[in-house]
Amino acid sequence: MKLKSSILMICAAVSLAACTDPARFGGGADGTDPLANSGGVVPGSASDPASPAYFQQAVGDRVLFAVDQSTLTPEGRATLDGQAVWLLQNADFTAVIEGHADEQGTREYNLALGARRADAARAYLVSQGVQPGRLQVVSFGKERPIEVCSEEACYAKNRRAVTVLAGGLTS
Amino acid sequence: MIVRALFLMLMCLAPAWAAAQSGPLRIEITEGVIEPLPVAIPDLVPEGGATGDWGQRIARVVAEDLTGTGLFREIPSSAFISQVSSFAAPVQYADWKAINAQALVAGAVSVNGDQISVKFRLYDVFSGAELGEGLQLAGTTDAWRRIAHKMADVVYSRITGETGYFDSRVVFVSETGPKDSRRKRLAVMDYDGANIQYLTGSEDIVLAPRFSGTGDRVLYTSYETGFPRIYVLDVGSVQRRVLESQPGTMSFAPRFAPNGQTVVYSLTQGANTDIWAMNVGSGQSQRLTSTPAIETAPSFSPDGSQIVFESDRSGTQQLYVMPAGGGEARRISFGEGRYGTPVWSPRGDLIAFTKQSKGRFHIGVMRTDGSEERLLTASFLDEGPTWAPNGRVIMFARETQGAAGRSTLYSVDITGRNLRPVRTPEGGSDPSWGPLQR
Repeated sequence: MKLKSSILMICAAVSLAACTDPARFGGGADGTDPLANSGGVVPGSASDPASPAYFQQAVGDRVLFAVDQSTLTPEGRATLDGQAVWLLQNADFTAVIEGHADEQGTREYNLALGARRADAARAYLVSQGVQPGRLQVVSFGKERPIEVCSEEACYAKNRRAVTVLAGGLTS
Repeated sequence: MIVRALFLMLMCLAPAWAAAQSGPLRIEITEGVIEPLPVAIPDLVPEGGATGDWGQRIARVVAEDLTGTGLFREIPSSAFISQVSSFAAPVQYADWKAINAQALVAGAVSVNGDQISVKFRLYDVFSGAELGEGLQLAGTTDAWRRIAHKMADVVYSRITGETGYFDSRVVFVSETGPKDSRRKRLAVMDYDGANIQYLTGSEDIVLAPRFSGTGDRVLYTSYETGFPRIYVLDVGSVQRRVLESQPGTMSFAPRFAPNGQTVVYSLTQGANTDIWAMNVGSGQSQRLTSTPAIETAPSFSPDGSQIVFESDRSGTQQLYVMPAGGGEARRISFGEGRYGTPVWSPRGDLIAFTKQSKGRFHIGVMRTDGSEERLLTASFLDEGPTWAPNGRVIMFARETQGAAGRSTLYSVDITGRNLRPVRTPEGGSDPSWGPLQR
C-alpha cells in the first residue's frame, strides 16, 4: 500500500508539472529514473547534485502546512534552508512556488490560502539570499491535490508549497 | 451554435369563460408546504401540421418543470375520464374534479415548416373557471423546449404568485476524472440540464463562471497562462478576452455588477488577497478593501449599492457588507463556524452562503443583516450557491468523499425542501444561474 501510494504521488506530481509547463523541470529530469542510476553521477539524474531531480528528491521540493495555516513549520524552514543553498549554488534556475490547499474549504478561500503558503515559502527563500526576481508564486487552491483520500493523512500532504524549478542548463 | 434562432411571441387569447373569477387555486411557497397540488397536463392537441409527438413532448416538459418544484403532483393520463380532443371544446369540469385534478393545463400545438405555435389555457377545476387568460406562444421548432418552459412559467406564476424560472440557463464547470487529475471546462445548459453547450476546452483549469445580469456574457477564471486570470466571454460568439492581467498577481472570483459594466473580483499580490472593482470598458481598476486578510467572493446587491464578501480579518472566514465603492464593512455572520461564498438574492431579501461547521458543509440563507440564518443542506462538501432568477430556488455543487469523489449539481428550495440533483452529462461544479430569458 505504501509503495503504491508513493508511486501514485510521483506520477501525480509529474503529470501536474507536465500539464502546466513541461519545460519547468529544467534539463534532463524527464524520463530519467533516478533509482536506476545509483552507481555513478549521471548528469540530470538525482545523483547529480546540480539536477532538478536532486533538488526535488534530496533537497526536498515541498513544505507542508497545518490546517488553514500558512506559517512555516521548523521542518519546513529546514527544507527551505536547503532549497536556498541549492538555488544560490545553481544560479541558472528560476522557480515557481505553487501553493495548495486540501479540499476542506471553499474554492475561492483556498485559492487565497494557497497564495499565502506559496508566498511564505517565497519570502523565506528571499530572506536566505535568493534573488526575488528568480521566484514567482501561484496558487492552485484545492484544484490539484496529490492525494485523493478524504482523511487527514491525505490532507496533510495536499497542504503544501512546492518549489518547481524552471530554466537550468538547457534553457 | 450558441444562439438558437428564436422568435418568441406571446399573446393573450380571449377568455374561454366570459367572467374568469379569481379562484382559490393558490400555493404560498413560503409556507413550508405542503401537499403538492394535483395537476392534469394532457398532451397538447395537434392542430395544423403538428404531426408526430409534439403535443406529448411539450406536455412532458411542462409536467417535469412543475413537478420538479415539488409544489405540484401530476395526475397520470391513465386516470383521465375525459380527454381534451379539441382546444375549443368546453372543459368537462366534473370529469377532472372526479379524479381530483385541481388544475388543468390544456393546449394545442401547430407546426408550419420550422415554425411552431402553441396555445394553452389554465383551468381552476374546482372553481370551474379559467385562471388568467389563454396564451399563445410561437417560435422556431428548435426552441420548442423554451416554449414549454414558458408555458410552465405561466402556470407556476399564476398559481404561486411568484415569477417563474424554468426558461433560464445555467453556466457551470463540467468535470471529469479523479480528484488529482480532474479536467474542467465551461458549459452552459438549460436550467434542467437540457441543451448543453461547451464554451471552453479542458486543457486548462477553469473556475467559477458567472453570468452577467442579461446572460449575454460570462466572467470566469482560467489558468491558461499558468496563473489564474479573469476572462470575459461573449456567450453568443464564444469570443473571450483577458480582463485582469497585472504581472505578478493572480485574479479570480469575478462577478458582474447589476449594471453589467463593473466587475468585482479578488486580486492577490504576494500573500494578500483584496477585492477590486474594474470597469469592463475602460479597464480602469480600483481597490475596494485593503486589509492583510483574505478578502474574496464579492457579490453585489441587486440595486448595485452594496457588496457582500467574505474575509478572515476576524481570524476566520466571515461575511461582511460594504458600500459598492468600498469603505467601512459591517460583519453580518456571527454563528458558529466559517462562512464563505455569499451571494445576494435577486429579490434583495436574502444572502445565500456556504457554511463549514464541525467538519460538515452547508448551504444556508440569512437576511441581509445576518439575522434569521437557516441551513438548507448538510453534507461532506456542499458549496457555491447560486440563485434562480425568482429568488426561490438555489443551485449548488455537492462533492462526495474519498478517492472516487465526484461533484454533482443540486437544487434546493429556500425552504430547505425539494433537494434534487440536476441532470448533467458529466460532473458539475460552480453553477451560475442566469436570468429568465425574454
